[in-house]
Amino acid sequence: MANEAVLHAHSGVETHHDHDHGHEHHHHETFITKYIFSQDHKMIAKQFLITGMVWAVIGGLMSVLFRFQLGYPDATYPWLEDILGKWAKGGRISAEAYYALVTTHGTVLVFFVLTAGLSGTFANFLIPLQVGARDMASPFMNMLSYWFFFTASIVMLSSIFVETGPFSGGWTAYPPLSALGDASPGSKIGMDLWLVSMALFVVSSLLGGLNYIATILNMRTKGMSMTRMPLTIWALFFTAVLGVLSFPVLFSGFILLIFDRHFGTSFYLSDIFLASTNTALPNEGGSAILYQHLFWFLGHPEVYIILLPAMGMVSEILSVNSRKPIFGYIAMVGSLFAIAILAFLVWAHHMFVTGLNPFLGSIFVLLTLLIAVPSAIKVFNWLTTIWRGNIRFTPGMLFAIGFVSLFISGGLTGIWLGNSALDIHLHDTYFVIAHFHIVMGVASMFGMFAGVYHWYPKMYGRYLNNTLGYIHFWVTLAGAYLIFWPMHYEGLAGMPRRYYDYSIWESFKQFGELNKFISTVAMIVFAAQILFLINFFYSIWKGRKVKEQNPYNASTLEWTTPINPGHGNWPGEIPEVHRWAYDYGKDGREFISQTEPVGADESKH
Amino acid sequence: MTVALSVAILALFFLVIFQIAKASEYVAILKGEEVSRKQSNKINGFLMIAFLVLGLVGVWYCNELLYDKTLLVQPSASVEGERVDEMLWITLAVTGVVFILTQILLFWFAYKYQESENRKPYFFAHSTKLEAIWTAIPAVALTVLVVMGLRSWFLFTGDAPKGAMEVEVVGKQFGWIFRYAGEDGIMGKKYFKNIDEAKSNPLGQIWEDEANYDDVVTTQTMYVVKGKPVKMIIGSRDVIHDVGLSHFRLKMDAVPGTPTTLWFTPKYTTAEMKEITKNPNFQYEISCDQMCGNGHYSMKGVIEVVSQAEYDAWMAKQTPNYLLAFPEKAAQPVADKEAEKGTTAQATSTKNSSKM
Repeated sequence: MANEAVLHAHSGVETHHDHDHGHEHHHHETFITKYIFSQDHKMIAKQFLITGMVWAVIGGLMSVLFRFQLGYPDATYPWLEDILGKWAKGGRISAEAYYALVTTHGTVLVFFVLTAGLSGTFANFLIPLQVGARDMASPFMNMLSYWFFFTASIVMLSSIFVETGPFSGGWTAYPPLSALGDASPGSKIGMDLWLVSMALFVVSSLLGGLNYIATILNMRTKGMSMTRMPLTIWALFFTAVLGVLSFPVLFSGFILLIFDRHFGTSFYLSDIFLASTNTALPNEGGSAILYQHLFWFLGHPEVYIILLPAMGMVSEILSVNSRKPIFGYIAMVGSLFAIAILAFLVWAHHMFVTGLNPFLGSIFVLLTLLIAVPSAIKVFNWLTTIWRGNIRFTPGMLFAIGFVSLFISGGLTGIWLGNSALDIHLHDTYFVIAHFHIVMGVASMFGMFAGVYHWYPKMYGRYLNNTLGYIHFWVTLAGAYLIFWPMHYEGLAGMPRRYYDYSIWESFKQFGELNKFISTVAMIVFAAQILFLINFFYSIWKGRKVKEQNPYNASTLEWTTPINPGHGNWPGEIPEVHRWAYDYGKDGREFISQTEPVGADESKH
Repeated sequence: MTVALSVAILALFFLVIFQIAKASEYVAILKGEEVSRKQSNKINGFLMIAFLVLGLVGVWYCNELLYDKTLLVQPSASVEGERVDEMLWITLAVTGVVFILTQILLFWFAYKYQESENRKPYFFAHSTKLEAIWTAIPAVALTVLVVMGLRSWFLFTGDAPKGAMEVEVVGKQFGWIFRYAGEDGIMGKKYFKNIDEAKSNPLGQIWEDEANYDDVVTTQTMYVVKGKPVKMIIGSRDVIHDVGLSHFRLKMDAVPGTPTTLWFTPKYTTAEMKEITKNPNFQYEISCDQMCGNGHYSMKGVIEVVSQAEYDAWMAKQTPNYLLAFPEKAAQPVADKEAEKGTTAQATSTKNSSKM
């Protein structure tokens, strides 16, 4: 039935396309319809990518600024006052500014860079190209998705410039701190803007996610059964499902928070006396923990929303550049599915020390550690994929290998923190920072870089400079480990996260030298990212031109399109698919494209 | 000036790297792209194995440098915390082995199977046997970890032993308030709308409740007895805080409106711990471990672990908060100095205490 629907849908699109094709050379596309309000999934992908990059620079720069405070808490830098004004009086970042930087860094990196910038970019770019569709199910909704994201960005950006400062209570925005302007200046207008921005972002995610799901389910080309899809598409599919099911819950949490802030309700508030105003609030009967449940019901799937696209792309890139099929395709899909299901059942492991019912906690321990099983399957399958391959170290491949390394390192510490008997000691220490930055932050960033390097020729018809790519990779990989590996030790000393200054603490002040070191490395790594940016933008216009249609000898459909595909992707008919996406090195042949019919004497696998 | 200079230097640095990279691209075209591609493939293959070796050495070196600065070199200060440490070492052993093994495989494979003209990639799409093995092994290992962890977890979160002393711990922006039940062993009722710092009632004790008459309220420093289980009844006056007890290996959130509990048995007095850590300034610090506002980083409390005798002597010197709030109710005249103090319940210099 699905196939028929696909066929049907295609015949419709094709007629439309033929019409387009006839006018290709004098087709009226203004600057605005082509580059701004574009409905071409490829252009929207680039919009997501570049907006994500802008946010990555802002968020990264923020981390460099607060690392100044952590690395050199006693030093003063007059230039800081020049750029930050009252937020760095006397050349030292104030506690208020520090917390605002930390909070905004977290929010934009998690949502704007690693959600919109990652799955927004690659879901848009790869889904139609790899399943064989002319565009998304609804190009218009797709365009709206980007513009809601853009509006969310503008609102978030504006919150940095309000007088009382942006929200500063941590990216998780736990009430009562986030509900009460009198508890923290950042919780005044800055928090309203934060909430509005996040609400717009949820709308953007939902519009995008529904589109991705609809496209994958309904618009696959003839012969592209679900089990012939590249793993990227499977990963992006589960990502979209996670987002569609969990973002609304987050949204509901935000709505209740807005009510508590402005309309006198007590969903989250109870028994509060504020010293700053010397008054007891009227609210009674609310539960501050309710918010945490609503938040983490998205918050944990969010981790996988960030991670799964990276996993999918890494699977693809490892296979292509090892010249070998991905090992255990069905197990890879199955483990993605298992991770997606479990992602919904583990949220309370962020809440072991909130006074959660211990029995409930124990269920969450069990389910959390269960995630290690599909994760282990994935790691071993990746290792087996490169085993006895013939590896080409393209920059994309390097980042994919780096991803696996980081995923192992950061994933293993998840076994520590998912165990409540250890979490009760390590919760909210630097151990947690090390864990999630490695496994979610840097690893997914590596997945994103792998994707950008690998598909750049398809995006712009030009190559990135490889030498810069190599430098970028090795500096970033070494730097990421140098920054986050030692943080495990700070965590093992019990050093709490989100501290502006450790000098008054007898138990935590012994890491001054280390913090200096980490801050210095952070700056170097940030500089290496600027190198990437230069490479990226320079190569759009001046990079080496792509001359072959299929530069990697890859078997997936995106490489059957012209070097610079127009809107509609394939000039003629959409190719038909006859096999899975991973016939590399089969029967002595380098690769077999998905579009090639299965030969009579071809071996089975 | 220096800023402009460093920006200029940085820009120059980028320019140089960029030019080198561009040049290498031209050289590649001159030499033949295939030749130079193979060359850089070799270089990156070598860097893979170099990174593995340097990385493992780095892991060892990092441990050398930082191990002594962690709590791993200190015994757990609570009996229950020993189980955290035990769990920690077992988890470290399991994950450590997996870490070393998989990282070696990853980078060694990358190095060994780098592109070579003589090698045909091995078409190997799946193996049910292999996949079953690496599904089963992690599943078994994790089951063991879960079972061990949960046994400790239920101990930590279960009821405190009978005879445990109880202390109420209340967080506020940005400090800690402690309450002891006094001789009757009952903490009086409280209501947050009664909170009035000016009238020496930081917790909102209800003065109509006689159980409140002998409750002792202090701030900043909490006294507990070595070897005697202590149960904390944790609350917050404003936003969410967290009672972080890193030396005891435990922590628990302080949530407004929802009391939580945490109990443990201190093993070493503060004085003993000073000797163990060889640090004369050692303190059992309570760190706030939940973001609570701009003063979060300074929200420090102290736990003094003392002997029973020292504790009794200390407690004998405390004035119940009721008498600080209503100095006129004291059976015997209170020294002027104390009456003046009124606003806080800090009990530091109460020499001639007037217990009821």
